[in-house]
Amino acid sequence: MVERIDAHEMAIRLQMQGVSKRFGATIALEDVGIKVAAGEVHALVGENGAGKSTLMKVCSGAIKADKGRMELDGAPYQPGNPLEARRAGVAMIYQELSLTPHLNVQENIMLGMEPTKLGVVRWKQVRQRAIEAIKEFDNPELTPDAKVSKLSVGSQQLVEIARALAIGCNVLVLDEPTSSLTQQDVERLFEIIGRLKQQGKAIVYISHFIEEVKRIADRVTVLRDGKVVGTSDVEAITTDEIVALMVGRHVEELYPRSARQPGQVVLEIENLAGAEKPSSASLKLRRGEVLGIAGLVGAGRTEMLRSLFGLDPIKKGRIRLGVYTGPASPVRRWMQGAGLLSEDRKEEGLALAMSVADNVTLSKLDGFGPFRLVLPSRQDRATRRWLKQLDIRCRGPRQSVTSLSGGNQQKVALARLLQHDVDVLLLDEPTRGIDVAAKALVYRLINDLATGSEAEGREPKAVLMVSSYLPELMGVCDRVAVMCRGKLGPTHRIDEVNEHELMLEATGQEK
Amino acid sequence: MQKSEMSFEHSNLFSNWRGWLNTISPVLALFAVFGLFVLIAPSSFATTRNLEMIARQTTIVGVAALGMTMVIISGGIDLSVGSIVALSTVVIAWLLRYTGVNPLVAALGGVAASAFFGLISGLLITRLRVVPFIVTLGMMLVVRGAAKGIGQEQKIDVDPVRLAWLDELLATVPQERSWMLLPPGVWIMIFLAIAMAALLRYTRLGRHTFAIGSNEQTARLCGVAVERVKVLVFTLCGAFAGLAGLMQFSRLTVGDPTVAVGLELNVIAAVVIGGGSLSGGEGSILGTLVGALIMTVIASGCTQRGYPNWVQEIITGGIIVIAVALDRLRHRRAS
Repeated sequence: MVERIDAHEMAIRLQMQGVSKRFGATIALEDVGIKVAAGEVHALVGENGAGKSTLMKVCSGAIKADKGRMELDGAPYQPGNPLEARRAGVAMIYQELSLTPHLNVQENIMLGMEPTKLGVVRWKQVRQRAIEAIKEFDNPELTPDAKVSKLSVGSQQLVEIARALAIGCNVLVLDEPTSSLTQQDVERLFEIIGRLKQQGKAIVYISHFIEEVKRIADRVTVLRDGKVVGTSDVEAITTDEIVALMVGRHVEELYPRSARQPGQVVLEIENLAGAEKPSSASLKLRRGEVLGIAGLVGAGRTEMLRSLFGLDPIKKGRIRLGVYTGPASPVRRWMQGAGLLSEDRKEEGLALAMSVADNVTLSKLDGFGPFRLVLPSRQDRATRRWLKQLDIRCRGPRQSVTSLSGGNQQKVALARLLQHDVDVLLLDEPTRGIDVAAKALVYRLINDLATGSEAEGREPKAVLMVSSYLPELMGVCDRVAVMCRGKLGPTHRIDEVNEHELMLEATGQEK
Repeated sequence: MQKSEMSFEHSNLFSNWRGWLNTISPVLALFAVFGLFVLIAPSSFATTRNLEMIARQTTIVGVAALGMTMVIISGGIDLSVGSIVALSTVVIAWLLRYTGVNPLVAALGGVAASAFFGLISGLLITRLRVVPFIVTLGMMLVVRGAAKGIGQEQKIDVDPVRLAWLDELLATVPQERSWMLLPPGVWIMIFLAIAMAALLRYTRLGRHTFAIGSNEQTARLCGVAVERVKVLVFTLCGAFAGLAGLMQFSRLTVGDPTVAVGLELNVIAAVVIGGGSLSGGEGSILGTLVGALIMTVIASGCTQRGYPNWVQEIITGGIIVIAVALDRLRHRRAS
């Protein structure tokens, strides 16, 4: 990898040099440096915990580096806090949404920089500038008066991006901006990034999706364990090379697929309709198969799983789970042998302040002591098994989940389904926001569960998996169905369909 | 393999040590406050008689705080506790005066009536989906009104003969029963505290209570019967308040519908000083009892030192804020 030196050097917008940061005994960043020129999209890739986000938090003033220098347009730049960074023209869009849900779109966009006259907010201007910022997205859900809590996750992220645009920033840091966007919104975002590029802004783009990086970035820097392991022009490096740099080794086959025989139908739904979404969904799920549900964010896939699991109301339709028919509460669903992995790990999936052991065993506190008592030592023993099997990195079963990385948190949430030993796994975006290594493990696990093992006496399980990431559905599933505007389409065998066709179906276009 | 096992052992020790420190820090605060008054108050402060008195005076708040701890851990709050204490005294007095039941039945009657109002709170909170603060604020007035109605706006006197053992719960232990060390009411509080601590730690209901307080959505996802647990928790809290009412009755020997106004705030303060978090998911029985003790020690110390009432109140208020601020600080360090 050769450092490129050309006319670009002249217009370096953002430069970070020798940045180091420690958290206690953990070295988060060690002597890291990057340069981003005006009109350049610079991708920052690496596994979770590699230091990408930490680096950009240093850049946006959210944390202070122990060592290192930063320059903005050639002048020393040392933001003491995010506000100072914003004033200097550096805006960061965090992976975790940082919106105030009770306020509406325009208030969120202009939050902290409301134009005022004699201390009174000038709402006309607020509205005008907000409209300007959101019109780029051309999203009907996004109106200045819409309450943010009522928006879908995807639209909320757009508000956040609009907020950064409204500042009129020169350096824009996007931390995994597309992880919860629909394909359409992603396209619009890429368009906007292209426009900003032409305006001479410097853009740092953090992403897990290497296809994306290849598509929109000019340069890419790979981080591993807090160090830069390579910087290159995007055109000069292959996807495989990037992945190899990220993990420090070659990933073996990402999507394993064992030979398996679908067994009897364990979940059958007919014309299921929820309060708003889905409007009509029918499917049959067998033991020993992975059925994928594709579709855009907001199509009603999550709502389908939730109403199936008794978390959202059901308007009509028939559900049969094993030998049980009809709707049922989550309590019953667990007893009937189904488990749901929530798409929202932080708000719903896990009780973050509680320990790993409590989270793993919460759905079934049986068999942890005499007289139906729950002895912590036995909870811990059961949990240790999963710590080992799923390679969950933590100090022990009593550590609170908050302090784990995203990938490890997701493994804890999955371990709950395994500990409960459910037959039907309902997985909603099981790999959202986790690193490549953790993803590989999740894929292996899904394959393993669906295949079962006669030697170990494990029966094949049934997996229903919702995902917005088509390559992963193509890699993992046996069959796939597409949900579009609340309607679930027919299921296709995976070898009879391609990504393009699925995307057309998801966006409601006939082939 | 061997190595990873080792590291588990190590981390366990480490986290236990941390947890242990967390539980005893209110205890340390108690010793500090106590030590201070030993130094500045008259010598009568550190006598066994005074210690026994502190224990007795803590009992009413302490018993009610056992139930409140559970409510607060579940992420709720109960403002009706003071009113329920008054109701309980009135119901007990009424039963003794107007019916022929024996004292035990009268006592149980008071507790049952209290539990009933806790149940009503729980049902309103879960069925109407109104936050506990509002529901119990309403219940505070409803129950107070009910107590006054039963007493027809007056205290209900009870013939001393009918009291039997009821006035001895919090009385100084007589010489011939000095083996008891503490009055029976204090022992009741201690046994119930142990039972509640075990319930919170070792039973499904306890673990579910923590889970709901920590993240209600997660609890629901995991199949916790959130509504049922909440109703149970509020019913239990009502029952404990009723029991606190029994203790109150034992001291007054009359049913007084105007007693214990604002007591709920002392009870909440005890839980919070003891490390309970009003956003739920945190709290301990030991901490709560220590919190209640700290407040009594301050009151008793100030009285003996001859400070007027208003000084006591200012000090207690300061302690509440400082205790919680310190607790938050420790949390930030830990995370």
